[in-house]
Amino acid sequence: MTDNPLGDVQPGVFPVILTETHADENTQPFWDGAKQDRLMAPRCTNCGTFRLPPEAVCFQCQRREVEWIELPGTGTVYSRIIVRHPLHPGLAPVVPYVTGVVELDGTQGAGARMLVNIIDCDPETVAIGDRVEIVFDHVNQEMAVPRFRPIERDS
Amino acid sequence: MTKRASTRFLITLSAVTIKDQAAVVGIGRTPYWKRGQSHPETEMSMACTAILDALDDAGLSVADLDGFSIYAHACDPATVAAVLGVPEIRFAAAPTAGGGGSAGALGLAAAAIAGGLATCCVTLMSLQQLNRRLGGTAVDGVLAYATMSTGGGGYGRGGMSPSVAFTANNGMLSPGHGFSLITARHMHLYGTRREAFAEVCMSQRDNAANRPMSLQREPLTLDDYFDARMVSDPLCLLDYTMESDGAVAVITVSADRAKDLKQPPAYIMASAHGGSGRWGPGIFRYCQTPDEEFASSGHRPVAERLYEMAGVGPEEVDVALLYDHFSPMVVLQLEDYGFCPIGEGGPFVQDGNIRFETGSIPVNTHGGNLSDAYIIGMTHIVEAVEQLRGTAINQVEGTEIALVTGGPASLPVSGTLLRR
Repeated sequence: MTDNPLGDVQPGVFPVILTETHADENTQPFWDGAKQDRLMAPRCTNCGTFRLPPEAVCFQCQRREVEWIELPGTGTVYSRIIVRHPLHPGLAPVVPYVTGVVELDGTQGAGARMLVNIIDCDPETVAIGDRVEIVFDHVNQEMAVPRFRPIERDS
Repeated sequence: MTKRASTRFLITLSAVTIKDQAAVVGIGRTPYWKRGQSHPETEMSMACTAILDALDDAGLSVADLDGFSIYAHACDPATVAAVLGVPEIRFAAAPTAGGGGSAGALGLAAAAIAGGLATCCVTLMSLQQLNRRLGGTAVDGVLAYATMSTGGGGYGRGGMSPSVAFTANNGMLSPGHGFSLITARHMHLYGTRREAFAEVCMSQRDNAANRPMSLQREPLTLDDYFDARMVSDPLCLLDYTMESDGAVAVITVSADRAKDLKQPPAYIMASAHGGSGRWGPGIFRYCQTPDEEFASSGHRPVAERLYEMAGVGPEEVDVALLYDHFSPMVVLQLEDYGFCPIGEGGPFVQDGNIRFETGSIPVNTHGGNLSDAYIIGMTHIVEAVEQLRGTAINQVEGTEIALVTGGPASLPVSGTLLRR
């Protein structure tokens, strides 16, 4: 048990504060994949543009049809911040934590970046350009939350 | 590509713009207070004070006021009009986002006046952060900002957007986090250093030092800057604007009418609000703007339209009042408004270019949000008008043209060029 209103928190790991996916037909396949530790992303069948978060319309060609592609789940840190000030008292044991934008391998950049908590790292050393891989936190039957962690360089 | 080309064609050849059709003729304000300290004033009482003050400054009265061109939900025009006794509202509208609309609200007023919808518009902000704070900080719970719905409005907002589940659990909780991400990318791409942000903070603090109304007047040294605690690395506490209470209002009328009023007019040469579509609410949610736009202030397209409408370039601007909720955004706006090449904003400020009296383009001569007061950009408009009247406390000699901006923020962001 814990007195922390945000639950059992760990250093560097931003706690799951939204435990429902609020999914619609555009986003459900992503969450279905997440439950199986697979990173699924929709690609426009007309022009090949990925879009994450999944939205109803392609921002390049305005078509709706997509095919769902399994991505390798690896990527590169595009930008990152180290959050040091806890904006909620319950976050005091969590800071410092790293949140960053990851460009996903297997896509073409800006269409499929993810804005995620980067864990299992020394917050001081995570740098733009670092290689990272996805890890899913299985919160409940419905939702597995994606985070990223550094890919070990020498192992 | 077709759409973009045709839009530019229209802008270039449009015979009718708001250029020089309206002018800011009155400015008014309450004192400024530290956040939460304006009690027992209320947002309504402060709004009334600022509006009446601005009308009086112009030599106008409530009977003349017929338009509200506001932004960021500054007030409810219906209530203000009822309280003040405005005889008839003929125009009440706002750019759709937050602080990014401050400068653009002047353009909206000019458009309303040029289009015959209104004759005398007020633009204002009244702010009392007693029970609430901007930016979704701890007061309303950590969830409030993280799960903020995207899109929709007051009517028919159908609960949580499906996209929220993609961002709510990632630890991005405030505007400061978003601007920190942009800053980190800019530092990575161009080698921009924290010394540049320090120079923004120090130069603006120096500008506020001799202003009785400014809230932060103690000198600030480089050591003070580097000793300040990091909030969301690479941003430290001093990179963040303070939080303030107070109200500021300005009055806009047609250029013809402006000539007969009490004060020298500050003509609206040009105004634009918007930004490139993929920026969207990007900094707070998606971060999926193209690389060349990500590490920017989001103002580049607005700047282009602004200069095009005015028929001048950055070299003709005498003083720049740049929205500074976070100090690096001054550096990025200097690039986007063409005062220096893209990526060179850091060295540009470190070379002293934004200093009052000695710099090539004095910036935020009133201290800005960082050191004067954070009334969501309205103090920048007032400073621009005072510079053009020649009555600014830190007067830039011979000011003919002033630039004032709103944002970076969720779109629309905005810019306005004012001239004597």
